[in-house]
Amino acid sequence: MTETVLIPEVPTLVIRPPRKWVPVDLRELWSYRELLYFFVWRDVKIRYKQTGLGVAWALIQPLFTMLIFSVIFGGLANIPSDGVPYPLFTLAALLPWQLFSEGMTRSTTSMVANANIITKVYFPRLIMPIAGTISPLVDFMVAMGILVLMMAYYGFVPTVNVVFLPAFVLLGLATSLGVGLWLSALNVQYRDFQYTVPFLIQIWLYASPVVYSTNLVPAQYQLLYGLNPMAGVIEGFRWALLGSAPPSGIIGLAVVVVLVLLVSGAFYFRKMEQYFADIV
Amino acid sequence: MSDDIAIRVNGLGKKYRIAHETAAYKTLGETITRAVKAPFRRLAGDAPSRTIEEFWALKDVSFEVKRGEVVGIIGRNGAGKSTLLKILSRITTPTEGTVEVHGRIGSLLEVGTGFHPELSGRENIYLSGSILGMKRSEIDAKFDEIVKFAEMERFLDTPVKRYSSGMYVRLAFAVAAHLEPEILIIDEVLAVGDAAFQKKCLGKMGDVAKEGRTVLFVSHNMRAVASLCSTGILLHEGSIFARGPASAMVAKYTEMLSGDLVSSKPFFDFPPRHDHPASIIKVRITDPADMATLIHNNLNPIILNIEFVVTKLIKDLDLWLVVFSLEGSILFQTCHRDHESYLSGVPPSREIIFRPGRYRARMEIPAPLINEGSYELYLALQVGIFPLDVKRNIFLTIEDNQTFASSVLGIRREGFFCLPIPWNLERIEELYP
Repeated sequence: MTETVLIPEVPTLVIRPPRKWVPVDLRELWSYRELLYFFVWRDVKIRYKQTGLGVAWALIQPLFTMLIFSVIFGGLANIPSDGVPYPLFTLAALLPWQLFSEGMTRSTTSMVANANIITKVYFPRLIMPIAGTISPLVDFMVAMGILVLMMAYYGFVPTVNVVFLPAFVLLGLATSLGVGLWLSALNVQYRDFQYTVPFLIQIWLYASPVVYSTNLVPAQYQLLYGLNPMAGVIEGFRWALLGSAPPSGIIGLAVVVVLVLLVSGAFYFRKMEQYFADIV
Repeated sequence: MSDDIAIRVNGLGKKYRIAHETAAYKTLGETITRAVKAPFRRLAGDAPSRTIEEFWALKDVSFEVKRGEVVGIIGRNGAGKSTLLKILSRITTPTEGTVEVHGRIGSLLEVGTGFHPELSGRENIYLSGSILGMKRSEIDAKFDEIVKFAEMERFLDTPVKRYSSGMYVRLAFAVAAHLEPEILIIDEVLAVGDAAFQKKCLGKMGDVAKEGRTVLFVSHNMRAVASLCSTGILLHEGSIFARGPASAMVAKYTEMLSGDLVSSKPFFDFPPRHDHPASIIKVRITDPADMATLIHNNLNPIILNIEFVVTKLIKDLDLWLVVFSLEGSILFQTCHRDHESYLSGVPPSREIIFRPGRYRARMEIPAPLINEGSYELYLALQVGIFPLDVKRNIFLTIEDNQTFASSVLGIRREGFFCLPIPWNLERIEELYP
């Protein structure tokens, strides 16, 4: 007996009570990619509209930090910079660092800042911290321009390893998202977390090789040091652009740490998002 | 199986926990101190400093909605309408039960979701459209239509923060009106505002219904429900009280409200809402002799004493009174600034600052004005057309003790108003038979 069964082409959705573990629905996330684009676009646009100097901020921030670091750490403290001029040495680290710290800040506050939208319409909530992580990319691209100019000024030609640069950018973004997922979900329940972020960034900055080189860390602590994925990302940047020593040992560790952060963060976020609208 | 069912709701329930005397969110420190102190407090036999109350906003709700059905969801405040809508539109999760949804679902619980004041009208159309679930290509295709519907071609590139509130709502509504999901969930978007435009939006909704899409519509406007919806669900205290043809449900609801009339008191105390910048806390209705009552003679003015709390600085706060018939028609709307503006002949002054504090307002509905019958009062604190707090379900009865309004015909005359309008009537020519 053959019978053709007509399956109507309508998606079926089941709404159910909160579950303990909710897997990340990548297909759904993909179908909302345009919304992600619009959120990023909104963040970038508003950032530039609300400031008098607009895009210039993307340049001023890393430039001035570089100047201060060069005077204090490169000049006064005379910290060795692996044979690279100190300003260039620290700028190559500041760019991925600011990409990371901005992304972490924005994704942490993303859920609370958009509470009015979250309580009125459905979309995969993961979009919010992801947009927060991605939107500083625009500033990053602009700031990369200065780095290129600086390299030209000092006569540095990037090594062939520069092809790996996007991978390190991605790793930096993934770190920021991993932390952002945890903090944004926690921040919905405990507003304390958005105040701890500036503090966390300050400590994390000195735990990362922004003003100094990883070589200064004693050999027996290198593994422990590598648990900070930003160490891998920054050393990766210096290696790809300035030809410093390859971040061979710590980069693998960085990838593992980031994966753990991302997966655990995503699960925690998915679990908590079921209550967001009630408590935000 | 699912061929003609759009939504199937099974045993749905939602429990909320209300913590009294604390903000909705906790701080980490608070949680830690509480956790540390709790055992000691129990030892000391102290009652906890805050009480957590649990209540079921929805309980054991089951129903099915057929494809193409237009369902009106009605019920008093707190009957669970909004909770049901929030679960169906996936904003919050149920505590128990399930919902099966067959088809692309879109919801509209607020006008202007996702609008950003810094962005231009054009940019907001894209942003808001996208947040409400439209594809970019879809917005491209409908862009001109949206702009035309909103009637604001000239201001497309002006930041929305420079719009008047009327323009803002028009644009926001225009975007929302062009949503085309298979299942549309709409919460009543009632504000004291541009009535003509509201009518246009209701018309647009009627078109949507005629196109055969499934619509769930929550409203207090019984006329809109009766005319737009085919069936109705009457919610009462979190459960389904009745389900059937829309007109029958409207009749049941009106009857239910008349029941309220008998039992309600002439003073209302509302807990201040800490999450709102302004909220009405007291309403007292009296006759000219200062007797609190809900039953008034049509010859006596009705006096309303209202108290409200402002918790942060607000510019241009308006207190509105709207009088509805039980079927949902508006008799009139009045704002606390009307009279000043009427006397001076100029529009009410702008930029009046309301500092935090407790405020009292008193107003009189003049008499004779309202015809005998029962009416619902609606009080709103608004900034422009945006409500900050709304209180409804205050019912009044106007009686007529053989006054001019009833004695001429001997029965209640039709209409909402009874006005002793002076006529001039005289014989202008004598005729002899």
